[in-house]
Amino acid sequence: MEKKPIISIKDVTKRFKDGEGEFTALSKINLEYTAGEFAGFVGPSGSGKTTLLNIIGSLDKPTEGSAMVMGKSISALSHKESALLRNKHIGFIFQVYNLLPVYTVYENVEFALLLQDYSESDRKKMVMEALDWVGLTDLKDKRPSKLSGGEGQRVAIARAMVKRPEILIADEPTANLDAANAHTILKMMKKLNQELNTTFLFSTHDEKVMKYLDRIVNLKDGKVVKDELVTAELGVL
Amino acid sequence: MKLAFQLAYRNLMGAGLRTILNSAVLSLSFVIIIFFNGIIDGWDNQARRESIKWEFGNGQVLHEEYDPQDPFTIQDAHGTYPDDPTLNPILLVQGSIYPKGRMMSIVLKGIKTDQEILAIPTNLLASTDAEIPVLIGKRMAEAAKLAVGDNLLLRWRDKNGTFDAQNITIAAIFDTDVGTVDNGQVWLDIEKLWAMTGLQSEATMLIASEDKPYDISGWNYRSQDNLLQELTDIITMKKSSGLILYGLLMTIALLAIFDTQVLSIFRRQKEIGTYIALGMTRLSVIRLFTVEGSMYSIFAMILGSLYGIPLLLYLSKTGIGMPAASMDMGVTLAERIYPIYGVGLILGTIVIIVLSATIVSFLPTRKISRLDPVDAIKGKVI
Repeated sequence: MEKKPIISIKDVTKRFKDGEGEFTALSKINLEYTAGEFAGFVGPSGSGKTTLLNIIGSLDKPTEGSAMVMGKSISALSHKESALLRNKHIGFIFQVYNLLPVYTVYENVEFALLLQDYSESDRKKMVMEALDWVGLTDLKDKRPSKLSGGEGQRVAIARAMVKRPEILIADEPTANLDAANAHTILKMMKKLNQELNTTFLFSTHDEKVMKYLDRIVNLKDGKVVKDELVTAELGVL
Repeated sequence: MKLAFQLAYRNLMGAGLRTILNSAVLSLSFVIIIFFNGIIDGWDNQARRESIKWEFGNGQVLHEEYDPQDPFTIQDAHGTYPDDPTLNPILLVQGSIYPKGRMMSIVLKGIKTDQEILAIPTNLLASTDAEIPVLIGKRMAEAAKLAVGDNLLLRWRDKNGTFDAQNITIAAIFDTDVGTVDNGQVWLDIEKLWAMTGLQSEATMLIASEDKPYDISGWNYRSQDNLLQELTDIITMKKSSGLILYGLLMTIALLAIFDTQVLSIFRRQKEIGTYIALGMTRLSVIRLFTVEGSMYSIFAMILGSLYGIPLLLYLSKTGIGMPAASMDMGVTLAERIYPIYGVGLILGTIVIIVLSATIVSFLPTRKISRLDPVDAIKGKVI
């Protein structure tokens, strides 16, 4: 039986105002993703990778076309509905981690759960489990400023994964990491992808990331130039 | 809302020094506003109590010619009064005394020695052998450098306008906060004053021992409330002028919060973007920042309580010394004022500060509603 897509992008175009004129960031994009994919958008800067991730993450809306995520049309969602979609179904990992500086590691991870109605004991259990996935239980009381880059990104992964989202969006997650840390992070994500069946979507031009991906979509000037299933060279359990 | 408080608390606790500084500035406003209002309320309370005790009784009935604001009316403002045991007569006569050889204008006040309505210790006038024993207040004694037992010359005019003079003896010096019964006032037995002036059974004013209206022809009744009105007006005026100080204090404290909020929203854009990415709506982010700002006032309240409660309680016990010069203003003012901190004053101050802090916290957060989360995540300037 064919898997039902959880992300369906049809003829999506995104234009931004650029002075007097307009700049087309995405043009007639058509893509579908099913649960459990470990996929990435690859392309040079300005090719539209982040814009596409932002639309899928309901942080932005397409100018034209339809983007359906978890059965919801991104264009039709109100601010509140978008927030709810992100809160329940989508996790984000950013290039510079975007950890909340005044919170401890534990509190950063817990934050995503505070927005949902979990009891304190449930939150504690889930946070400790998420920190265990990324191997940071010992650092739970540390502030982000006391963490290394690799540790910071692991906290970001735990924060994104703690609520067990169906989709995890990672925008250049290894750009600020050295090779060793990048591989650690990617292995961790691959493991979580396989264990929890979370769909991972990356934007990257990092060769290291590409080696872990099962599907690579090449973007250029806002258009899909290649969409191929690949056999991941690394990270296969 | 619970979440907003929970997150705001975490954010503020995490912000450390910034939170302490803002809360400290605001707490200072809290304590100073409560303290100054407490002083005014304490003064009000003391002044009312003392004025009733020493001067107003339960009301006054004034001779129709007598205007307390115009000393020139004293000359002719006297007359016989009805025989009413609830009315105690006081006769006013202008005179001069010569303490240490210098002349001093005074008002002679004849009062019954057995009266008990006013706190003036008139019974002391009856327990001395002096020919004309008199009572004076402490401030008058200090001004004239007089002590108990001193003899000095008194000059006055009788009912025909003829000058007369005789030695008087200071029988006692009483201590009162009410300047109008002290400064330039010499109290003596009304029987003696009647004899000295020939104004037998006449009075300028009658002090009522009962709180009821008196309708006497040729006399004007002034109730206790009416007599206290002047005092109330002065205290209200003082309170109003105090508003400038409170306004300044509040402005400084609220500017600190406003500034922190503006800076926060500018500096914490990436954080705001992250909140939105993690599933918060713009409205809930606005709520969070507003609650954060208003929580400064809660922290200020707690911080202010830590040092304010012991300090204010201590001051309410020891009182605040008033400068000597302020005693001669003609307003009832004690040497020490004991501040009173009423529940209304404290709650009112809390409500005003919390509300003001919430409003100034909310104003800058409106920018968040125009914030593009994609730009915010990248930390782009609004």
